Amino acid sequence: MNAGTNAYVEFEGVHKSYDGETEVVRDLHLSVQEGEFLTLLGPSGSGKTTCLMMLAGFEAPTRGAIRLGGRTIHDVPPRQRDIGMVFQNYALFPHLTVGENLRFPLEVRGMDKAVAAERVRDAMRLVRLEGFEARRPGELSGGQQQRVAIARALVFEPRLVLMDEPLGALDRRLREEMQFEIRRIQRTLGVTVIYVTHDQQEAMVMSDRVAVFNRGRIEQVAAPEVLYEEPERPFVATFIGDNNLLRGEVVDVDGDYCQVDIGEHTITAFLVSPRAVGDTVVLAVRPERIGLADEPGTYGNEFVVPISDVIFLGDHLLVRATMGEQGDFVVKIPNIVGHGAVLPGDRVRIGWTATDCRALVPDED
Amino acid sequence: MLEHANLDTCGSYPQRGRMTASSPRERASHYAHVAFCAAVLVFLIAPILVVVPLSFNAEPYFTFTEGMLRFEPDAYSLRWYASIVEDEAWLRALVNSLGIGVSATVVATVLGTLAALGLASPAMPGRPLVMGLLISPMVTPVIISAAGFFFFYSSLGLAQTHLGLILAHAALGTPFVVITVTATLAGFDVNLTRAAASLGAGPWRTFRRVQLPLIAPGVLSGALFAFATSFDEVVAVLFMGGIDQRTIPRQMWSGIREQISPAILAVATFLIAFALLLMGVVEWLRRRGSQAD
Repeated sequence: MNAGTNAYVEFEGVHKSYDGETEVVRDLHLSVQEGEFLTLLGPSGSGKTTCLMMLAGFEAPTRGAIRLGGRTIHDVPPRQRDIGMVFQNYALFPHLTVGENLRFPLEVRGMDKAVAAERVRDAMRLVRLEGFEARRPGELSGGQQQRVAIARALVFEPRLVLMDEPLGALDRRLREEMQFEIRRIQRTLGVTVIYVTHDQQEAMVMSDRVAVFNRGRIEQVAAPEVLYEEPERPFVATFIGDNNLLRGEVVDVDGDYCQVDIGEHTITAFLVSPRAVGDTVVLAVRPERIGLADEPGTYGNEFVVPISDVIFLGDHLLVRATMGEQGDFVVKIPNIVGHGAVLPGDRVRIGWTATDCRALVPDED
Repeated sequence: MLEHANLDTCGSYPQRGRMTASSPRERASHYAHVAFCAAVLVFLIAPILVVVPLSFNAEPYFTFTEGMLRFEPDAYSLRWYASIVEDEAWLRALVNSLGIGVSATVVATVLGTLAALGLASPAMPGRPLVMGLLISPMVTPVIISAAGFFFFYSSLGLAQTHLGLILAHAALGTPFVVITVTATLAGFDVNLTRAAASLGAGPWRTFRRVQLPLIAPGVLSGALFAFATSFDEVVAVLFMGGIDQRTIPRQMWSGIREQISPAILAVATFLIAFALLLMGVVEWLRRRGSQAD
């Protein structure tokens, strides 16, 4: 999160409060490289859209600095920021044709008509909507409208494009198709994109890096695979994919690993950040990293637990085990064992290796 | 001249009649309902409609002659229409009405639209108060407003001038524009303005290319109401207008008081036709507006 010297977009200590009391964005530090696809991911009300609006110029930060290309942009009105914007509801001008919508930013810039026509054609080709110039937005499907909105945000060749949950209104199939489409366009043009979504899968599919927002703060910024494999906070561990969380106390520290007492058992876990003996930690174990052990000694951590429920999901089984006072524990087993191999009421030996169990600093409440 | 009659209350309930087996009592109440609605319509419209045939009276009376009732062609004539076309006072009144009406409409439309745009902004402080003040000419009795205009404008030297009347009528017409434009803006997507800004458009271009085309039906129907307000306004004209500012309603006023002539019935017929035309335009705009959504 260091403000790199070649960062294209930089948030430095940005705070935002609408009422002067509750801060929707708290002490935000973020830098985005040129050509990067960065996603702001978080539940609704976590401050991600507010960040986007501050960057676009529709909201002003209460404190802190936002820089674009090394220049502070607080005094620059939205129309002079030269940032393309795709809105959640598309915000196409309903009384203008698709072609006129795309020409709008070019007319504003006083562009020669022939050049503008060329640009509009190129943009329409880019989003695969050639021949739709004369239609009105109301005559297009949701997916087509979204393509027009993207084309309009790109046609004046901004270096930065912001997208605010642009696929939220589309059905699932179309959404997945558009995710690849947006990614393809971004790679083709090499434009910097900052994308807001609450859908973690969308973030995983498209992004170079994902910034996970929670209650106005960024919990972690990293590449999707890093977020999944190496979450640094319990919130990230559960927001990206599924995770089993166990609360416990550190009883011994040995290099990168520690022993954690979770009540009935003591677990060896990978220590993500330095913790001392006596500190509380939250252990995170992915369901698919937990296995059934036929014989003792297969895994570093092993327990014999009663099974409370088994859900058959075709390619895998979801097994619910009871882990003492810590409650339910979910184990995901690939369907190699076959349906009926594990039944509710059985007591089975489950386990995982210490590297797959991450000891995290608990979220403050 | 525009009557803001809400006829919805007189609607019948077709499904209800079809769905329930109608007992005699229900049928009776249904007919009573229809009769009541018909009576309302008759009392609303008959006094207006009766003017139309009377304006073709061949005799200088305000009542139907026996010849008229027997539909004798000789009992009807266009003499009162001829008399108003030939009378310079009526022509001057028409010119005054149109001139003052159009000017007041322009002022009211520009100010009312700007006010509605400002009031639609969430950044505007004290919105309900400002809105109330702007709407007040609509609820204040015209005679109070007119007296106020008279004393205030006299001290400014604007009484008995065209400008004074234009300003007074603009003040009376502005609330209609504020209300219709505010209603149109209620369905206006703020993101459209933001999108225009992100695409590089300044406030004026955003207004002209994005906002105005979308709120145009509201602006136009507000303008028509403002025009109608000025066009049939008589109280302010009585207070403020001199001999040179006589409008059609003012001329009718003198016509009734000074020279009892069916010529004013001819004028009234003309005004009814004009009002119907305006109402038709407003309705057409409303439909176009709702289609655009």
